[in-house]
Amino acid sequence: MDDLGEFRQEARAWLEANCPPEMREPMRDESDACWGGRNPTFKSDAQKRWMEVMAERGWTVPDWPRDYGGGGLSPAEAKIVRQEMARIGARNPLMSFGISMLGPALLKYGNEAQKKRFLTEIARGEIRWCQGYSEPGAGSDLASLQTKCEDKGDHWLVNGQKVWTSYADKADWIFCLVRTDPQAPKHQGISFLLFDMASPGVSTKPILLISGNSPFCETFFDDVEVPKDQLVGELNKGWDVAKYLLGHEREMISGMGLGGQTGSLGEALSEALADDPILRADVARFDVDQMAFRAMSERFIDELKAGQAHPAQPSMMKYAGTELNKARHELVMAAGGSNALEWESDRSKKGKSAREWLRTKANSIEGGTSEIQLGIVAKRILELPGA
Amino acid sequence: MPLYLDDDQNMLRDTARDFMAAEGAISKELRHWRDKGSADGFGHGLWKQFAEMGFTGILIDEADGGLGLGHVEAGIVLEEIGRNLTPSPFLVSAVAFVEALKGTALRERWYPGILSGDTVAALAIDEGAKHRPEAIAMRAERSGNGFKLSGNKQFVVQGASADVTLVAAGTDDGLTLFAVEKGARGLEVEGVRLADSSIGARMRFDDVEVDADAVVGEVGGGAAALSRAMNAGRAGAAAELVGVGSASMDMTVDYLKQRKQFGRLIGEFQALQFRAAHLYSELEIARAATLKAQQLLDEGSDEAEAMVSVAKAKAGRASQLAVQEGVQMHGGIGMTDEYDIGLYMKRDRVLNELFGDPAFHADKLARMKGY
Repeated sequence: MDDLGEFRQEARAWLEANCPPEMREPMRDESDACWGGRNPTFKSDAQKRWMEVMAERGWTVPDWPRDYGGGGLSPAEAKIVRQEMARIGARNPLMSFGISMLGPALLKYGNEAQKKRFLTEIARGEIRWCQGYSEPGAGSDLASLQTKCEDKGDHWLVNGQKVWTSYADKADWIFCLVRTDPQAPKHQGISFLLFDMASPGVSTKPILLISGNSPFCETFFDDVEVPKDQLVGELNKGWDVAKYLLGHEREMISGMGLGGQTGSLGEALSEALADDPILRADVARFDVDQMAFRAMSERFIDELKAGQAHPAQPSMMKYAGTELNKARHELVMAAGGSNALEWESDRSKKGKSAREWLRTKANSIEGGTSEIQLGIVAKRILELPGA
Repeated sequence: MPLYLDDDQNMLRDTARDFMAAEGAISKELRHWRDKGSADGFGHGLWKQFAEMGFTGILIDEADGGLGLGHVEAGIVLEEIGRNLTPSPFLVSAVAFVEALKGTALRERWYPGILSGDTVAALAIDEGAKHRPEAIAMRAERSGNGFKLSGNKQFVVQGASADVTLVAAGTDDGLTLFAVEKGARGLEVEGVRLADSSIGARMRFDDVEVDADAVVGEVGGGAAALSRAMNAGRAGAAAELVGVGSASMDMTVDYLKQRKQFGRLIGEFQALQFRAAHLYSELEIARAATLKAQQLLDEGSDEAEAMVSVAKAKAGRASQLAVQEGVQMHGGIGMTDEYDIGLYMKRDRVLNELFGDPAFHADKLARMKGY
């Protein structure tokens, strides 16, 4: 047996021994996810144990360096861990914007002290992060953001407002885009700042969405003082960090809704399809698209880990993945008929289908709209003029 | 195994790309044979060159004189064939036919000719306008030492030029594949030029007698051989479709960067940019699905057949989008015979029908998934 074969045997045995049976059940909804944080809430002991044992082994972030709390695995080994987790249906031990978004940016742009401190906390699930990007006047045109950050000698002073901050009301820290040079062209006056959400002057207000849930917040900064060493990368070069991080955010969103779903949609809906040939055909076409996209995701991750992916490829993945997820929920609603319309009944799990369907409509808006992604693909991959 | 080409496969791709662009170019092969009204629809000289390059032995085991490579490698050659619309017996002869014969005694009879580029093989499956391999009506009755075949076949690609045709027919013991040689008595072959100027054939079998040793594998064991041939042929057709779609897209994107209207390059218009970007996305997904299917076939995975259907359906739809957008975005010039984009549209149509269209494969996938 070669080394990778041996590694697979070890990984399989270790996961068998350490993944609690409850953590091999599919997640029912977003609330089943484990987010960690300063004051973590766990749904069960199993969930807590699973996060801790994986963090202990560095497998919450298998391919990060060991010095920063990772597993130090090669791309091939990390893929084996993912495959072996998928094989037993193991849940993601730790959902984290720190892992999916901030971490990669810190690995590339952070200084040694920042990496040591923040990456280790992220890997262990000790700090829950939120993302301060969009503002009321800066959505698709993100670089026109106005949140002001002034150099006050021994600290930064932050004033302004963010919007669509996912889980800001539950987050411990924020990674935030701020304007440090209001005179410079819009892309050249932005910096990337980290700070504690418990700082005086930070407040949040959840936004009620069409789904009836409030995963996003408005976030206000009123004379927030931030230590000088919490700026990542160079002053006024934050747009580079922001773009790099957006690539990782898009990767994450592209996999939302498909992560953990290995089966076919038609299999799950088969009862409703038996006497509805047109819907069956739509679902069959969807299953083709879904299985093809899963292959694309596998290829994309493999190419990314090998440094072969086009830097704008996350935009294509985000576009295709989110449009697919929206299509999926339209089909689920159609198959559910009037049962899926119930909003509050226990029978409908308090409107689970309808609320999830509505939630997916944000997928092609958050992290850059589908139209923004298509524009990026046109300009950076196809090199079309004047985009 | 990572889902991208390894170093050896990349080398093969570079070789195949250079070879096909030089020797298999549209002006040199497709237009040449079409404009001559060739009864074969392809050039035997190029088929010989394929053999000299080693392409025809890709799927033949080393013990049988081949290269012992896999479906990924066959797909690499097919994508380049697709890019250049190179007419050749490669897909049917060196991929589907070779796979059907794997592990059977007929290897010794037919592999040498495939390896040398002297033999052309065909597959006679379809009996109606659509691909319905589960509903084969053709019969083979036992007669003396062999069988008598009766029935009709159509859309037999290269059937008019084939030295040997694999024929699927029902026997009292179940579906069986027969290797029927050219010129068999009672076999009437009508060469039919198709929209893409390739030659298909309608075949009428009127008590055509074949020996028992024409049976591929076991009598009644045709399903396994047919399944090998179909998996290989469908994955291969998907790869060729990816090539057809990719070349159409490249040609179209280039055109968007050259053509000016209203004083601007038309590629500056967002309406066209978004459509081009969507097309890119669909083709990338189709390419990934196709490579995944090929890898699963090479691993002998149980999941291969489902993924082959996904690949054939997805590549078919993506390529279809590419040629339709290609003609539309080229405008009037896209409708001319002089310009190549329309040739891609014709080839796409034929490849989409070959071995089952996207609807056939979506339905097949649904049945495999139990709905």
